[in-house]
Amino acid sequence: MTEIIQNVKNLSIGFKSKKGEEILILRNISTNIKKGETVGIVGESGSGKSTLALAMMGYVKHGLYTIGGECEFNSSNLLKMKNRDLEKIRGRKIAMIPQNAGQALTPNLKIGYQIDEALQLHSDLKEEEREKKISELLNKVRLPSPETIALRYPHELSGGQQQRVAVAMALAGTPDLLLLDEPTTGLDVTTQAHVLELLNFIAKDTGTSMVYVSHDLGAIAQVSDRIIVMYSGEIVLEGPSRDILKKPIHPYTYGLLKSIPKLSLAGLPQSMPGSQPQPGTIHRGCSFFDRCDFSEEKCKNNSPQLEYLEELNTSVRCFNHKSLMNDSQVNQTLNEIKTSTQDKEILNLSEVSISYAKQKLLDQVLNRISDDNPTVKDINININKGETIALVGESGSGKSTILKSIAGLLRTKGGIIKFDQNRNLSSDLKERDPNDLRIIQLIFQNPDESLNPNHTVEEIIAQPLKLYFGLKGEELKKNIIDLLQKVRLGEFYMSRYPRQLSGGEKQRVAVARAFAAKPDIILCDEVTSALDVSVQAAVLNLLQQLKEDFGTTYIFVSHDLAVVRAISDRVAVLYQGRLCEVGPSKDVYQFPSHPYTEVLLGAVLEPDPDIKPKLVAEDIVEEKPPQKGCSFQGRCSRILGDICKNEVPPWQITNSGNSIRCHIPLKELQKDQIN
Amino acid sequence: MKLDNIYQEEKKSNFAKVSEIIITMASRPSGFIGLSILIFHVILAFISPYVAPYDFKAINPTLMLQAPSAEYWFGTDDLGRDVFTRTILGGRTALTITFFGSLIALLWGGLLGIFCGLVGGKTDDIVMRIVDAFLSIPWILAMLLIVSLLGTSTEVLIPALGFFYGKGIVRVARAATHDVIAKDFIVSARARGHSNFSIIWNEIIPNVRDAILVEGAMRWSWMLLGFSSLSFLGFGVSPPTPDWGLMISNARGLMSFAYWSVIAPIVGLSSLIIGINLTADAFAKALGIDRSTKAPV
Repeated sequence: MTEIIQNVKNLSIGFKSKKGEEILILRNISTNIKKGETVGIVGESGSGKSTLALAMMGYVKHGLYTIGGECEFNSSNLLKMKNRDLEKIRGRKIAMIPQNAGQALTPNLKIGYQIDEALQLHSDLKEEEREKKISELLNKVRLPSPETIALRYPHELSGGQQQRVAVAMALAGTPDLLLLDEPTTGLDVTTQAHVLELLNFIAKDTGTSMVYVSHDLGAIAQVSDRIIVMYSGEIVLEGPSRDILKKPIHPYTYGLLKSIPKLSLAGLPQSMPGSQPQPGTIHRGCSFFDRCDFSEEKCKNNSPQLEYLEELNTSVRCFNHKSLMNDSQVNQTLNEIKTSTQDKEILNLSEVSISYAKQKLLDQVLNRISDDNPTVKDINININKGETIALVGESGSGKSTILKSIAGLLRTKGGIIKFDQNRNLSSDLKERDPNDLRIIQLIFQNPDESLNPNHTVEEIIAQPLKLYFGLKGEELKKNIIDLLQKVRLGEFYMSRYPRQLSGGEKQRVAVARAFAAKPDIILCDEVTSALDVSVQAAVLNLLQQLKEDFGTTYIFVSHDLAVVRAISDRVAVLYQGRLCEVGPSKDVYQFPSHPYTEVLLGAVLEPDPDIKPKLVAEDIVEEKPPQKGCSFQGRCSRILGDICKNEVPPWQITNSGNSIRCHIPLKELQKDQIN
Repeated sequence: MKLDNIYQEEKKSNFAKVSEIIITMASRPSGFIGLSILIFHVILAFISPYVAPYDFKAINPTLMLQAPSAEYWFGTDDLGRDVFTRTILGGRTALTITFFGSLIALLWGGLLGIFCGLVGGKTDDIVMRIVDAFLSIPWILAMLLIVSLLGTSTEVLIPALGFFYGKGIVRVARAATHDVIAKDFIVSARARGHSNFSIIWNEIIPNVRDAILVEGAMRWSWMLLGFSSLSFLGFGVSPPTPDWGLMISNARGLMSFAYWSVIAPIVGLSSLIIGINLTADAFAKALGIDRSTKAPV
């Protein structure tokens, strides 16, 4: 088992800047992959983890070049090899599974044909044998009825199924080493848990070594034997997975683990200040110096070396790892969130339904929407002033759709949206007056897209101020500076363009723009999912602080249950556009819960090797909500029978005020779930 | 909290931005050649009346169809006029008319395209079908019709050319707008309740400007070819004004024995078109828009 199959020696990869400087993306990386081992490479975006994984198959991205070092696979240096020789290794010996399988599969070729292609290239099987092998592979990745799947096109499969096909293709050449670049990042929570479980099984079953690249410590924790933590192009910590997650002896890993919200704990995790330095800006000293809680004077000028500690079988790059070793149990100190919920209702959705169906000509002429099975149906939520309510669910659950209707961007089919108990808000933007528009502001998922790349920060924040308050000149400028300070950005950010800011800074600007309108309600659409973990905590803390200062109400949409747990007062769980469960957040996270909530909670990946996800239901994807009965009937493992299929379940209310929409009596539900 | 960011790049003045783009363009061989040819033609158009050695309309029957010599560099034509004089003067009208024509095309094509892209729906459908209908009419027929109805004066030619070459820009501007309006910052501006005008002016134009300018530059070279074709057919500039299209048309019958009278205007016209094309390509590359993968329509 100790045979080394991939050996990276002193690898440095970089590019030349316009000024002719050599800028390093990877700095002196030395590591190895043993046979049958699964290694997780973890780091934030820009840490060089993908570049390292690609170098392991002898590929250096366009524009980058190898500055020094080698990547040895079976004792030949891949980086010096000719393309012709590399072709013999790629696919047969080293295979890669890409992040987005949907884009990696050719859309106009059938699945079976694409796997056959891989087999033709990477194996010596004859035609009849290949056919058998295809269904064998599809079986191995646990796709139902391989024969029919092989005849389908990629778009006919769900995201999870596509990822499985990609795994099958990678296995076609029976590789010794499998590189996985964020293989589950784009998938839903439940699907992600299933795919990881499959990968674990394949690693054991075939004895293939795996390199698993991810930013998600939760996913890494589930699959890897050994973890490599990267920070700005260097390995800062490398060792057995359990030790690293339980007792991280590098301040970065320590901080990272502290900043991840956990399911079991309410309250906001502490954030790490600052962000990862850009490549080429570190000239001396430790690259983590600026953000480190344990830094000393010597860290500023001396770069620590990667030090191997025999007793822990761990390598660490820090002068102070000894002091961390003593008290490095990750004790999460959480900033408790104060509930500022008032008794006054601020927004009320009653019987809201939304349809995406294409309307018939007659309906278009009459300007009405008719659809007997709309995408979103029967939404009844009342939101109090100062509350944070979270809408959770997988993709397709209608959570963003509901936000759009509240913002007036999408017409509802029916139902009433009422503001402040007496004002009806039309879901059509044109029918709202400017004040109705001001009171509701949006913050988007991806700050790259929500900020105009051709505007400076000043121009971006000035827009709502000019539009709603007609500010000009000095007063406008004063307000902008004020807002920037509120989101912890300095005055000098005013003249910058979004491309000059980091992800976290961009999101802060978006937050400032939303608050510039002095809104009563802010709709947050997956605001942290595009951000790195250490930055996510900072943005969540900022949102909480602003809420306490301004008494704003948040409607928070997220697929991440741990984040929701951290920030929200109340949670609404949605499936297929229908509400399943609504209640105070601490109760939703406790049993009894709706069978769907149970599935979601079970699938959450925590950065702890001892907490394994519980896979309760199959990860089938349903395209349409059922015509009648319970919305979750298709996937429910506790289905009772015809009653679930024919009758919409009633709301049952628990002692703590949690409403669950299920036919199963609460007591039975609780008994089953606790066992 | 430490807020040091490495990018200390400040907001640049417009002049600095333009000069940076020109320097980037000139740093590529093709861009340098294109820019040089274009600048040469523009300078020539300005100074040619002052440097022309002879009177462009002076007819001299004794000097008919002289071969190039030290006295008459490019020879003389069938009426004994100096071809060199007529060639360096021949680009002026074409360059001026098509330049202003392109500006008009850019303006109406760009704005209509952006508007259609933004509002979408039925308005977009109707306008785009009309544009399609116009695109399907052979331009030369339509131009001939307009010119024969309204005359060949500059006041007619500039808007007529501008209209005909703006149709293509509508499509490009609309497509560029479609890319932008899906972005969240437009959704955000809409949700805030900005007017369509404000959204077009503040949010869309800065993001589609580059694509439209590049398309406009390409249209310029097409328009130049179109204008010269009109002159060639006798519907553009009227004699005796020197014009390349006209000169080629006059001299084409004599090509077999007096090649010089037709070579010079041909070189003039094609070099200008190549110059504009190369410049437009370099301009696109300097702005980060790669035209090489797209069809030049």
